[in-house]
Amino acid sequence: MTTRTGELSPAETTDPKNWTNKLRGRIEGLVPPGQALPARQPVYVASWIYVFGVLTLASLVVVVASGCFLAMGGSAWWHVSSLGHFFNSVHLWSVEMTFGFMVVHLWGKFWMAAWRGKRALTWISGIMLFGISIGTSFTGFLSQSNFDSQWIGGQAKDGLNSIGAGAFFNVLNPGQMLMWHIVLLPLVVGALTLVHIILVRRHGVVPPLDAELEG
Amino acid sequence: MSRDRTPDSHDFPTRPYDLVREFVIALVVVIVVSGGLAVIFSSPDDPAITMAGWAKAAPSDVVATAAGELAGTTTSAGYGPPYNSNVPGQKLGPLSLQKWAGVRLPVDSSSLILRPLGNLSGDPALTTALSTWKTATPDQQTKWATAYSDALTKAPDNDPAKVAAGDYGPAPALSTAFLGLAKTGGLEGALTSSGNFYGGDQTQSLLLLTDGAYLESLARAQNLGGDQWGMMNEAGNAPGQPWMWLYTFWYQVPPFSTSDNADAQVWGVMMFLTLCLMFLPFIPGLRSIPRWIPLHKLIWRNYYRRTKRA
Repeated sequence: MTTRTGELSPAETTDPKNWTNKLRGRIEGLVPPGQALPARQPVYVASWIYVFGVLTLASLVVVVASGCFLAMGGSAWWHVSSLGHFFNSVHLWSVEMTFGFMVVHLWGKFWMAAWRGKRALTWISGIMLFGISIGTSFTGFLSQSNFDSQWIGGQAKDGLNSIGAGAFFNVLNPGQMLMWHIVLLPLVVGALTLVHIILVRRHGVVPPLDAELEG
Repeated sequence: MSRDRTPDSHDFPTRPYDLVREFVIALVVVIVVSGGLAVIFSSPDDPAITMAGWAKAAPSDVVATAAGELAGTTTSAGYGPPYNSNVPGQKLGPLSLQKWAGVRLPVDSSSLILRPLGNLSGDPALTTALSTWKTATPDQQTKWATAYSDALTKAPDNDPAKVAAGDYGPAPALSTAFLGLAKTGGLEGALTSSGNFYGGDQTQSLLLLTDGAYLESLARAQNLGGDQWGMMNEAGNAPGQPWMWLYTFWYQVPPFSTSDNADAQVWGVMMFLTLCLMFLPFIPGLRSIPRWIPLHKLIWRNYYRRTKRA
């Protein structure tokens, strides 16, 4: 059947064997209609604690952006450039803020028992993000190519070697650590952040404890 | 597991909420605050220690470290996997994880000294010392280097010039030549583990540096030692990695602070605690803590007040 450019026949849009249809259906089904970026929230979403998730995300954006500026100048640029050093400082402080906001967000979700209502995977992905973020920042300290990198690497090797991980993840190899810091771990953090946000939008914000008794 | 009766959040009445505006405001706040903190507090950047700097500041330590590498008595020489198989390494209970991972980053401690020296030419005394060393039996090499290493520790101020006379073979000449090479600044390139022009792998030079006492003395002066909560600290007054407080904490208390397997045990504890936190929704008791300590009533106080009135 011939159609105009960009127009699909009814059979094409519903063909269950079409991989593209399947993928589109999956993507469209990830979040209930209208819940990806809703302009309204349940009435109980009214507390400062809800701001910390967004603050964590905003801080992560600044971390990535300042890291990109550092990447443009190369791994040793910040040692010799005041502009590079400034972006390194923004990178450091935005990382500190990310962790600060993330910890408050995590504690807030703990006291809200936010894993209720089929939200266990949202909680698990959040804890994984916290752990992998620690690893990401750790590789950053190892990639600084200064005294801190030398000392932290020398100390950290003992912990990682003691469980066999150091044989594959060599903290004394700054080339390897830099690659983990700016490629591999950010990819994991980015992917997990996306999964976490989709899960939050999929299930919505967890209702108050015992709210079911009120209804 | 008790039945989860949490209602669908989409069934609740709603109120206007602008997520995008909230994010943009948060982003502006973070940019302003992190930029302000960067301007006010900057970030620490103590220069890396160079081999030349080490040789200049602590020449006796360089000589003692070189002698120790030749004798096989340094930390890295007796480390075990992944650098060598001289010891099995740490165990986590019955699990020899360090040993099972294998020697994937082989480092021969004596080659840390002999390989850079072997690249030098034009020094007949060094050539003779190297030749004498290479033609000696391993037992004899160890005997010379160990005797010299012991003599260095007994010498006044550990000064190589004040070592008592003894049968040290070529060990003093090799160690002193190594100090001379370090002073020239040519040692880093000779120890680059990747073995090509670009380098990028400092495993060997960092192992050598950490075998000496100089690096640790500088770190301890900045309260960065393992027993000084050093893993979470950074040089100067920068905040470092405060999120590693719990990992660092275990190293400060028994039995970990006195255990030969402390690193493996602390990792084991942290992995266990992380898994507990991750799977907390499925752990009876732990998942009920938010009900027992009702901080949620503060978070949702407006909702509870309104539904109570209704």
